Amino acid sequence: MEDQKQIEAFEAKIASGVKIEPKDWMPEAYRKQLIRMMSQHAHSEIVGMLPEGNWITRAPSLRRKAILLAKVQDEAGHGLYLYSATETLGIDRTELLEQLHTGKAKYSSIFNYPTLTWADIGAIGWLVDGAAIMNQTALARGSYGPYSRAMVRICKEESFHNRQGYEIMMHLAQGTPEQKAMAQDALNRWWWPAIMMLGPSDDQSPNSDQLMRWKVKMESNDAIRQRFIDRTVPQADFIGLSLPDKDLKFDETTGHYTHGPINWDEFFEVIKGNGPCNAKRLKARSDADKKGRWVRDAALAYAEKKKLKAA
Amino acid sequence: MNLQEAKFQYLLRLGDSNLIIGHRLSEWCGAGPILEEDIALINIALDFVGNATALLTYAAEVEGKGRTEDDLAFLRGEREFRNLLMTEQPNGDYAATIARQFLYDVYTFYLYEALKSSKDETIAALAVKSHKEITYHLRHTTEWMYRLGNGTEESHERMQTALNDLWMFTNEFFDMDEVDALLIKEGVAADLEKIRTQWETRVKEVIAEATLQIPTTNFKQKGSREGKHSEHLGFLLAEMQSVHRSFPGAQW
Repeated sequence: MEDQKQIEAFEAKIASGVKIEPKDWMPEAYRKQLIRMMSQHAHSEIVGMLPEGNWITRAPSLRRKAILLAKVQDEAGHGLYLYSATETLGIDRTELLEQLHTGKAKYSSIFNYPTLTWADIGAIGWLVDGAAIMNQTALARGSYGPYSRAMVRICKEESFHNRQGYEIMMHLAQGTPEQKAMAQDALNRWWWPAIMMLGPSDDQSPNSDQLMRWKVKMESNDAIRQRFIDRTVPQADFIGLSLPDKDLKFDETTGHYTHGPINWDEFFEVIKGNGPCNAKRLKARSDADKKGRWVRDAALAYAEKKKLKAA
Repeated sequence: MNLQEAKFQYLLRLGDSNLIIGHRLSEWCGAGPILEEDIALINIALDFVGNATALLTYAAEVEGKGRTEDDLAFLRGEREFRNLLMTEQPNGDYAATIARQFLYDVYTFYLYEALKSSKDETIAALAVKSHKEITYHLRHTTEWMYRLGNGTEESHERMQTALNDLWMFTNEFFDMDEVDALLIKEGVAADLEKIRTQWETRVKEVIAEATLQIPTTNFKQKGSREGKHSEHLGFLLAEMQSVHRSFPGAQW
């Protein structure tokens, strides 16, 4: 039984804006929720390398190839950083990866969609990283020190990713008719999944007061989604691409865009494992893990031998 | 052959080798044995693509026909590429990738060290920058040679097999022709016979420390200087150039 006094002190600390650090006392529910969120985030980074990695070898110019490599390297770095941050909560990376490979842990639904053309690399940077930033800038104000600091750093890099994606789309939109069509097609396919990746609408995802009070969750999904839409619609207009939502319009009274109905059935199907690439992504991660085992074993064996020699 | 033509060929050899081995490393994206290695491989691939871009940009400038680095990378065919055969060999298992990389890293470590004093100022400047990066690459692959050679029975065996399979492509590193002769005379290029001695010494040291054996194969493959490659290159280029070639004249 957790001591009521401990909980009160913990909540008072959070209310006053002090970060919770790894060695501080924390309720078990807080620890569990953070492990779930942070590892999900870490998994998303490394699974997210796959759809983008799909185009590194085919990037259409050397400059684009270098930028994409740098971006994917950043994602891998975010993954490592987030796994390390999650480990401060008393769980190790091997166990977290095991949860990913067995399907026990989730990763962002968006990475279960395929990257079919080069323009998808632009769409991912612009829309997916754009949506992620909305979520992550909020999380940077969260209460757990290691996670909030990770978010600050990651958001800086993500804003580069977002800009390079938009820049790809801008070039395509201003390019040949075929390039523009490719950009529009990518936008048509990625718009709704990007909207959905911010999570179920508030009526389907009641935010517990507790998670808000504990500053684990900072804002509701719908609020974050609205900010993303408000920011992205003018960007699409600016480069002359249209969004695949006939109901999308600006509401003068609220100052926000209203959008058409979201196909939540599709979202929940993808979450359940029935997205176009769920099986492929999981298999790729799990194969890499299996194929790499002998390499990791060798590295460990060598480290042991070196230790013995030194002793 | 005049100096300009020789320089163009020489820059293609350097640039293409980096581009192609960078491509191979990038194929590992998301499939590395551990996240730290994923990061390292992508990072090294990025270094190679960056160096290749600089070298091909200069090659295009030297050629003076209005081509760009992208024209050279994406619009030449298999017979026009000048990368070393080693660099286009498939990734295989992690031992094969590390062995290929190690053998090439030792080579470029001494090659670019020598090129730092090239009389061509652009080559010298690029070599200074590259050599810093190669020093890290070589440290990385050397450590993995030790780990895999000394690690477990399985890793030892895999690494020995990788070395045996790749050894026939090492002799080509040191092939010299009239391009080299002319450029060495002008103080632009490095004498690859000197590099060979340095390469052999270092490779032997590391292989011994990794408890591996120098392969005894007598097979020797060559041909890249004349654009005669292994069958692998065609597939690699087909993939690398597919988008660029599908949209002639497009800007990206």
